[in-house]
Amino acid sequence: MSEVSSIARTPSVTTEPRLIRTLLIGTVVVLISVLLFAPLIAVFSEALRQGWVAALESLTSPDARAAIGLTLIISAIVVPFNAVFGVAAAWAITKFDFRGKAFLITLIDLPFSVSPVVAGLALVLLFGANSWLGAWLIAHDLKIVFAFPSIVLATLFVTFPFVARELIPVMIEQGRAEEEAALTLGASGWRIFFTVTLPNIRWALLYGVLLCNARAMGEFGAVAVISGKIRGETTTMPIMIEMLYNEYLSVAAFTLAAALALLALVTLVLKSLLEWRYADLLAATRRH
Amino acid sequence: MRAGVLRAPSPLPGFGLSFGIMMAVLSVVVLLPIMALLGRGVVIGPAELWEMVGTKRIRAALSLSFRAALIASVFNLVFGLLLAWVLVRYRFWGRRLIDAAIDLPFALPTAVAGIALTALYAPNGAFGALLAPFGIKVAYTQIGIWLALIFIGLPFVVRTVQPVIEELDREVEEASATLGASRAYTLRRVVLPTLTPALLTGFALALARSVGEYGSVIFIAGNLPFQTEIAPLLIVIRLEEYNYDAATAIGLAMLLISFAMLLAINIIQIWSRRRIGDV
Repeated sequence: MSEVSSIARTPSVTTEPRLIRTLLIGTVVVLISVLLFAPLIAVFSEALRQGWVAALESLTSPDARAAIGLTLIISAIVVPFNAVFGVAAAWAITKFDFRGKAFLITLIDLPFSVSPVVAGLALVLLFGANSWLGAWLIAHDLKIVFAFPSIVLATLFVTFPFVARELIPVMIEQGRAEEEAALTLGASGWRIFFTVTLPNIRWALLYGVLLCNARAMGEFGAVAVISGKIRGETTTMPIMIEMLYNEYLSVAAFTLAAALALLALVTLVLKSLLEWRYADLLAATRRH
Repeated sequence: MRAGVLRAPSPLPGFGLSFGIMMAVLSVVVLLPIMALLGRGVVIGPAELWEMVGTKRIRAALSLSFRAALIASVFNLVFGLLLAWVLVRYRFWGRRLIDAAIDLPFALPTAVAGIALTALYAPNGAFGALLAPFGIKVAYTQIGIWLALIFIGLPFVVRTVQPVIEELDREVEEASATLGASRAYTLRRVVLPTLTPALLTGFALALARSVGEYGSVIFIAGNLPFQTEIAPLLIVIRLEEYNYDAATAIGLAMLLISFAMLLAINIIQIWSRRRIGDV
């Protein structure tokens, strides 16, 4: 970065005047503080408004514990599932050429641009009592809507593209030559995957899993529509936050929110570490 | 790939398994629910749907969602470009912290963002109390909705434009300067056109996300019909009334907007690939 620092010292034609630079940096710092840092601080200060004891007590209430447990179980199911799907999709898309590939990638991206509430609505229409599938399920005593399975399905929908989206650009960049070389040396398909492909994509995979997990634990809109909000049964942490907030239990709501905000901070720290250490391996990833 | 061949031959194994898993999961998790929504729309019939979307309250909610998302995304377009430029080109204390913080809206659950913004901007909140003497109300007004959507959409433009700025060739800017162009002229006529596709992609992504945003908005919006009631909230309200037809009508209208956005993003990317090569 010696080139950059010399630019900073001497007036250069490829940068802006000093005054403008200072003004722009100042604007950025102020706006980011107001827009991003202030809300984050607000979460923690509201949670601790009545001290640590009150905050910790609200975290150990049966409702809060049930919500935390449910959220952990949901992400423990959804994240591995999406990791397997993401790897399979990336393998099929990057190692082979077939018709309709671009369309398929667009379909994988679809959940990014569909409103989570619309996703929840679609699941209600598919499995709800009014559809023939829903009627059949009810006749066989299988509960999907307003129960655990629907929360899993809704979370799967909204986190669907995360892992695949991180892997595809990295695997395109790395090409197929290494796998083909392994093949000529007599390696089996699984051996190629585990000893050649996986080491190449592990950081991108971890990166995708990290983002997927953050979203899985924090999803609100889709789950709000489909969970039925049965206290202690189908209330995930974000749903519980809404219920507590609407009951004016501010400390309890913000304490749960602070727990999720901590998770977000851990995610950001890990993500930044990955980006600084393995920048070249993730280079393709950062472009989306 | 030769014409008429569905799949080009490849020596690598695993196509059947990986393609099978991909299609099975894609169908069950994404396509089947979307088909159920479309199917319900077909059962209701286009005339009925059109009539429901035309009712005043639904029209107000849809237009509010779209307008607020547009305002927030235009703000994020300008501010995102500024942020990306400052983060890539300038060195200053705290740059890495800000760079890492950009992704906070991706990582922070929307419900958490919603109650945090409301706590700050409510009339008795830290910022709300500051603004109150000037007669500016943010929470429980449309400004609150804009604010929540600005928060949600902030990373999109930054993260799509940042890598393009990193790869800009400074020699081109030098050349422009030696030919007598002012810095402002160089930025406008040399740098900006190169960034346009990435800017548009980021803008479209932010817009698509904020049109459908629910969690962060409902806490700060006040949720008054015709004034601060966004379309996703109206879907939830209609579902709670078991009015599935009206919910379907709003859902289909929003799905249509999503498809239009996806199409726009794809067109921008094809156009930019043609113009400046594969980015």
